[in-house]
Amino acid sequence: MSLRPVLQSDKFIVTSEVGPPKGTNMGHVLEEAKLLNPLVDGINVTDIQAAAMRIGSMATCHLIKDLSAEPVLQMVCRDRNRLALQSDLLSAWVLGVENVLCLTGDHPTLGDHKGAKAVYDLDSVQLLQVAKGLNEGHDMMGNDLDGKPDFCLGAVVTPGANPVEMQIMKLEKKVEAGAEFIQTQAVYDVGAFADFMQQVGHIRAPILAGIVLLKSAGMARYMNKNVAGVTVPDDLIKEMAQAGEADKAAKAEGKKADNQVKTSIDIAARLIRDLKPLCRGVHLMPLGWGHHVPAVLKAAGL
Amino acid sequence: MTISEPKSLEEILGTLEGQEKVFLVGCTDCATVVQVGGEEQLKAMAQELSQRGKTITGTLVAEPGCHLLNLRRQFRERRQEIEAADAMLILSCGTGAQTAAIATEKPVHVGTNTLFLGCVERFGQFREFCSACGTCTLEQTGYICSVTRCSKGLQNGPCGGTTAEGKCEVNPETDCGWLLIYNKLKEQGGLDSLKAYRPPKEAMAHPGQRTLSREGGEA
Repeated sequence: MSLRPVLQSDKFIVTSEVGPPKGTNMGHVLEEAKLLNPLVDGINVTDIQAAAMRIGSMATCHLIKDLSAEPVLQMVCRDRNRLALQSDLLSAWVLGVENVLCLTGDHPTLGDHKGAKAVYDLDSVQLLQVAKGLNEGHDMMGNDLDGKPDFCLGAVVTPGANPVEMQIMKLEKKVEAGAEFIQTQAVYDVGAFADFMQQVGHIRAPILAGIVLLKSAGMARYMNKNVAGVTVPDDLIKEMAQAGEADKAAKAEGKKADNQVKTSIDIAARLIRDLKPLCRGVHLMPLGWGHHVPAVLKAAGL
Repeated sequence: MTISEPKSLEEILGTLEGQEKVFLVGCTDCATVVQVGGEEQLKAMAQELSQRGKTITGTLVAEPGCHLLNLRRQFRERRQEIEAADAMLILSCGTGAQTAAIATEKPVHVGTNTLFLGCVERFGQFREFCSACGTCTLEQTGYICSVTRCSKGLQNGPCGGTTAEGKCEVNPETDCGWLLIYNKLKEQGGLDSLKAYRPPKEAMAHPGQRTLSREGGEA
């Protein structure tokens, strides 16, 4: 069963993300998926995230499917030409993957193999169009397929981009090309997100707001400086900084230093509660803090 | 214009190992403007190599180095100096070096790295605009090339990597190509042209070495 039934329901949708390991030890990522499975509608598996070489999304999705969970294969345009993109989509389908999130992909120069050839033979809109074609039973050249997939296709958008109109124009094309759900870049400013949602009222695909767990004030400042389209407001940074100070003091006294974790969970839960009336769901990106996702969802009342 | 930069002297000396007599070839066109293989650079290279024990049998600023017929004629005119050399060192571009390798039987070495096709913004400043993709769609994007100016060559709009300063997250020195396109079309009242789906480019896959025969064209 794909994400499609839940997208078509009235349910507030929750998805979360896991990152495959650099190496063959699948223990941790599968434990995380097991923990998330009863709490979420889908588990995204990143595709060589941040262009840092690691095990593939397809194999990880297949193993997650074996846990009776609902994996969402992330597929980026960075590493494969149009032959490999289509072939890998068909391969993923026969391995049980029914949801695909189509993305551009971080440039190789941002990763750990900076000299890698960047492919981008198709862009994310074209990839969606091609995947929709596979669903219809033909490849991008119009050749018939012997057996076809039925992917539930997703796309991404950066609500905090400036000018956002440029993002919205592309989002319209993504939905037109076949995206059935939208997951966003991290959202911290509820007011700004409400403005964005007003501008995309005509988009018929459900939009899931991105939630990235803040681990520290330093991480928030780093994102503000280095992650395009993401802005953590000063009051949240202040909250995390105070928690960091409290942790430092607790450590000095030999006490348990869990203030930052607690504050992070509290902020994420608050965001989810505030975003709930604005959109159809949330997409959590815990970046290694997957074990805290149950507490976040509990605190958010989900 | 073909934009090249000089290889290091160490690398050049490495390729010339065991070849003591050298004939230097530059080019009157791009390599002169880019200052890698003009009269002055050949003179400087001749001096550097001489100081390191090499004998320069002659220098030629080819007119231009990428014109096979012209180059063959110029090589014939300089036959004695070329015959006296153990090898040629080409200080123009990759095309110039390969054209020379066809025009002579002497061993050829290249003294530059060829980087891109570019425009001369001002003296000594060059910028890339065209990737020679073979399917020009500049008409749709306000005469700002989405293949070249977007770091990922995206055809349907920006990724999420446009920074607050309007730069590309891949390189803070580089403007986001799609932001330039957006601003230009907005200014011209042509944003509608961005709403249309742009299909994948076909001619990105060149079947082997590209050639062009134009009827009635000059050889």
